[in-house]
Formats: sequence, structure tokens, C-alpha cells
Amino acid sequence: MWSGELTTLFRRRRVQALLIVLAIVPTAIVLVLRFAGGPDAGEGPSFLNQVTHNGVFAALAALTVTLPFFLPLAVSVVAGDAIAGEAGLGTLRYVLTVPAGRTRLLAAKAMTISVFCMVAAAVVAAAGLISGAILFPVGRVTTLSGETLSLASGSLRILAAAGLVGLSLLGLAAIGLFISTLTDVPVGAIAGTLGVLILSGVLTALPQLSSIHPWLFTAQWQSFGDLLRTHVQWTAIVKNLEIQAGYIALFATAAWARFTTKDILA
Amino acid sequence: MLDEAADRPAGAPRPGGSTTAIQTFGLTKRFGSVAVVDELHLSVPTGSVFGFLGPNGSGKTTTIRMLLGLLSPTAGHAELFGRRMPESAADVLVDVGALVEGPAFYPWLTGTQNLLRFDRLLPHGRRAGRDKRVGEALERVGLTAAAAKRYKAYSLGMRQRLGLASALLQPRQLLILDEPTNGMDPQGTREIRHLVRQLADTGATVFLSSHLLAEIEQVCTHVAVLNLGRLITQGSLAELQARAGTRLRVETADVAMATEVLQGLGLRPTSDGPRAVVAPVEGDRTRPEDVARALVSAGVGLAGLAVERPSLEDTFVSLTGEGFDVVR
Repeated sequence: MWSGELTTLFRRRRVQALLIVLAIVPTAIVLVLRFAGGPDAGEGPSFLNQVTHNGVFAALAALTVTLPFFLPLAVSVVAGDAIAGEAGLGTLRYVLTVPAGRTRLLAAKAMTISVFCMVAAAVVAAAGLISGAILFPVGRVTTLSGETLSLASGSLRILAAAGLVGLSLLGLAAIGLFISTLTDVPVGAIAGTLGVLILSGVLTALPQLSSIHPWLFTAQWQSFGDLLRTHVQWTAIVKNLEIQAGYIALFATAAWARFTTKDILA
Repeated sequence: MLDEAADRPAGAPRPGGSTTAIQTFGLTKRFGSVAVVDELHLSVPTGSVFGFLGPNGSGKTTTIRMLLGLLSPTAGHAELFGRRMPESAADVLVDVGALVEGPAFYPWLTGTQNLLRFDRLLPHGRRAGRDKRVGEALERVGLTAAAAKRYKAYSLGMRQRLGLASALLQPRQLLILDEPTNGMDPQGTREIRHLVRQLADTGATVFLSSHLLAEIEQVCTHVAVLNLGRLITQGSLAELQARAGTRLRVETADVAMATEVLQGLGLRPTSDGPRAVVAPVEGDRTRPEDVARALVSAGVGLAGLAVERPSLEDTFVSLTGEGFDVVR
């Protein structure tokens, strides 16, 4: 069942297109840096100014640039479509009469969305890494603390960063899955999930609401950068994972409670 | 939910018996204040081809959705093979193939890929023989040639066939087919009828919903009629037809004399147009050959003599006293 769900997902043109866009964004950034020159040190998003010295940093720059919008957009599309998309196509009634089992289906959907989150982050990092390595010199990785790591150990940290970014998206994915159980209109669920993302951005911009800022699922999204310190600073990373786990627990339970009792009219 | 004993009518079989494939006990579904299905006591014998008749909007699909555990009833409950739905869905539905409210598949996958996906969804689904199962199901509904085409390129009839193929992926004890010939050409309709008979021959119970009386009449052994969410009648086709009665139809230019002869035989003829007389007959008491002999020897010019068994539509009208599409 699990492999079937994954092949069904990745055979879809829409999903393939999303991944292609996710690969194009970092490539475009690297091309711009190569042919128009990079920003001066201290300007632009983190890691961007280091790309010209070391192509490996393009992977990190790509993650930094795509994390606020492109990655969550892709996750919203896939998560929002999970149940509502089946309902919209009418396949939900057939999937449930197979019988796939409601809890089992929801678990399979949660699994495919999670895999998509990790794949999406990996595609971004890989596209950045490959285009960076082709267009810029590659060498030892200078950490944020100013020391250097071997290329191998630096690459390992970049891989871990991509993994953390993937995990960072799971909270939003859980919200999307829950919204997906509320409607038979996939576009509505996708828009709703994106709305939650935008709302989180708006709340972050309001200093009056600083007391709730630490609890937003986007609060520690940039914490993966801490992996690039010589001695990795785990506080923010762990905090981020805790937040994501909290959102997953809350919204996965809500999705389960909703979906297992829902009248399937689609 | 009501207590199980309380909502079972007196005389209804106990759950757990294997003589009924489908049984409902006061099954009711309300959307708001409207009862779409109203206190349905349905009993589908195992091995029957059961026609579930009703005009559009009579609650057939809502009933089917409750049978399959997609909807929770507002009151009462439904059992498949004596197992309560939707609680036993995971165990029972493995033996049930269904076509509900038209086919639905993933447009971006081919026919084969779609069926493979559904096959993989089965709990404890066996990987072995998967391709063979899918190939056979496609062949059974005549879709082999279109197996590699994407579903979005399928015509309505092909989609319906793929839906049936999906219902037939596994050996089934019960098939619930909601309007299976929708969108099919006459050839396709004939093939579906043939398929239904084949399935019945293997001992499977087939529950067939339709708003087309003629279609049901040709394949069914049992019938239930639903109107506005309420069960109007159910029983074997023969039983229902017997209740409506058989009649003898004599076609002749000599209506007056034919009437006299028939009265002489103890029948109660009435004229049916200027050139025909009809008379109800009970069972085998009046043999048509005797009537023919009597008419000929009396010198009646006999243009035609027929024993008319009532069509399902006639039966329906005689049972309810109203047309099929009459809305209260």
C-alpha cells in the first residue's frame, strides 16, 4: 500500500512540476550569482555571499531562499490535496470500500506527505549543490564561526540541514492534512493551508503578539543554519523539532478524529 | 444508536445468519430534517440477483453508501452477511465489490495503473499475481485494448467498464452495483447483463440499483422498490408478478362473440380497443389451448391469442396505484 501511494503521488504531473520548480529556483539563484555577481558580505540572505567562494554553500542558500515560501507552497499543495483531492475525484469512496480503512488511509497519506517534505527539501539542496559545484569552486567549508571543515564533513552537515528543513515542514503538512479532511474541494484545502502559512507570517510581523511568536510553527524555521557552526548549537534546532512534533500531534489527531467519523458524500 | 433488539422488527431474521447477504433494520438517514432514507427494512437473500428500483432521488445511492459504511445512519443499522456496518467494514468489505454513483479513478494514471493502485490498497493484499489479477479483470470487461491508455482519455462507457473491473478485482461474494449501465451503449448494456448472470452463476449475490425497470426485469430474481426514501415493496420477481396477475389477450375482429365465448369459459373479459379482448386468468386453471379451441369452434376469427405476464412496470403500477415517477 505504501509504495503504491508513493508511486501514485510522484506519477502525478502536478507533483513533478512542483519538484521541477523547486529545482529551478536554486539553479536560477546560482546562475544570477555567477553572471551578475554576488552581494557584498553581510548583505542578502544568509549563505548567499559565500556561494561565490565555495559552490557547496549554494545548497544552504537555496534552502534559505525557498524555505519561507516555495517549499511550504509545494507542501500545501500536496497536503491539502491528500484527502480532499480523493474526495474531489470521487476516488475516496472506492478507496474506502476496497476497504483501505480510514485510519490506514490517513496514515498512508501522512506518510506520503512526509516523504514529499523530505524529497522537496532534498531536491532544493541537491539542485543548489549541483549547480553551485558546476559554476563555482568547491572546497573546504568555512563554518559560521570562521573555522573550516573538510569538504566531506561539510557536505554531511549540508545533508543534515536539508533533512532538518524537511522536518521543519511537517508541522505545516499536518495542518494541511487536517484541513484536507474538512472539505471535498482540493483547491479550498490548498488555499486554506497557504492561508495558515501567510497568517503565521502576519502574526510574526506584529510585535504586539510577541508572546505567541515562539509557538508559531514557523518560529524556528531558520534554525538549520546552526548546523553550520563549528560546534553545532542544538537549542534552536531542538526547539524547532519540538514545535513541529506538537503541531503534528495536534493536527494529526484532529484529522483522525474528523476523518474516521466523517460522512463520505463525495 | 438504538438498541439492536429494539430496532429489529418482529419476525425479521436474526443477525449472524448467512441466508441474507444484506439486511437493514429500520435504516434511516436524515440530512437536516429531510429523511432521505426512511425506516428501511431490506432483506437480500444470499445468491439472489436483487434489483433495487426507484426513481432518481428516491434514496438508492444513500442506502448503498450506508451499506458500504461510507455514511453513518441517523437511526437503525445495516448488516452485510450478518455483520454490522460500518463497524465491520474492514472484514466484510473484502468480499464486496462496489460501483457507487459512477466510476472514479485517477485521470493521470492508465487503466492498468489505476487497478494496480486499488489492488495494493487491499489489507493483506498479495503482491503475487497482482498483474495477472488486473489483466484478467480488464479482460473480463473488454478493456484490454485500452489498458495502457490514461483514464482521462476514456469514454464514459469505458470508465464504467473500468469501474466494474475494479469491483471484480477480487473474487467477491457480494457485488453492489449502482446504475451499472449508465452511459453504456446497447452492446455494453447487454455485456453487463451477461456479466451479472455470470457472477450470479458463481454463487455471488448481486445487488443492482437502477431507475430503469426494463433493465432490472431481465436479470433479477428479486426486487425492491424505493420511493421517496421508503420501501414500497420487496420480494421475488415471480411473487410480485403473481400478485399482479396474468391475463389472456384475444385479438379478433369479432369482439362481441369472443366476449361471449370467454364468459362461457368462466372468465371475466373486458374489451381492450375495438379489436381485442382481455381477461385475467388465475394460475393454470385456464389453459390457453382450451380457450383457442373454444373460440375457433364458436367461429370466432382468431387473429391472435397471447398469455400476458405483467411487466415489472405494470406490476409496480398495480401494487402502488401510481406511476413510477409520481412524487408525493
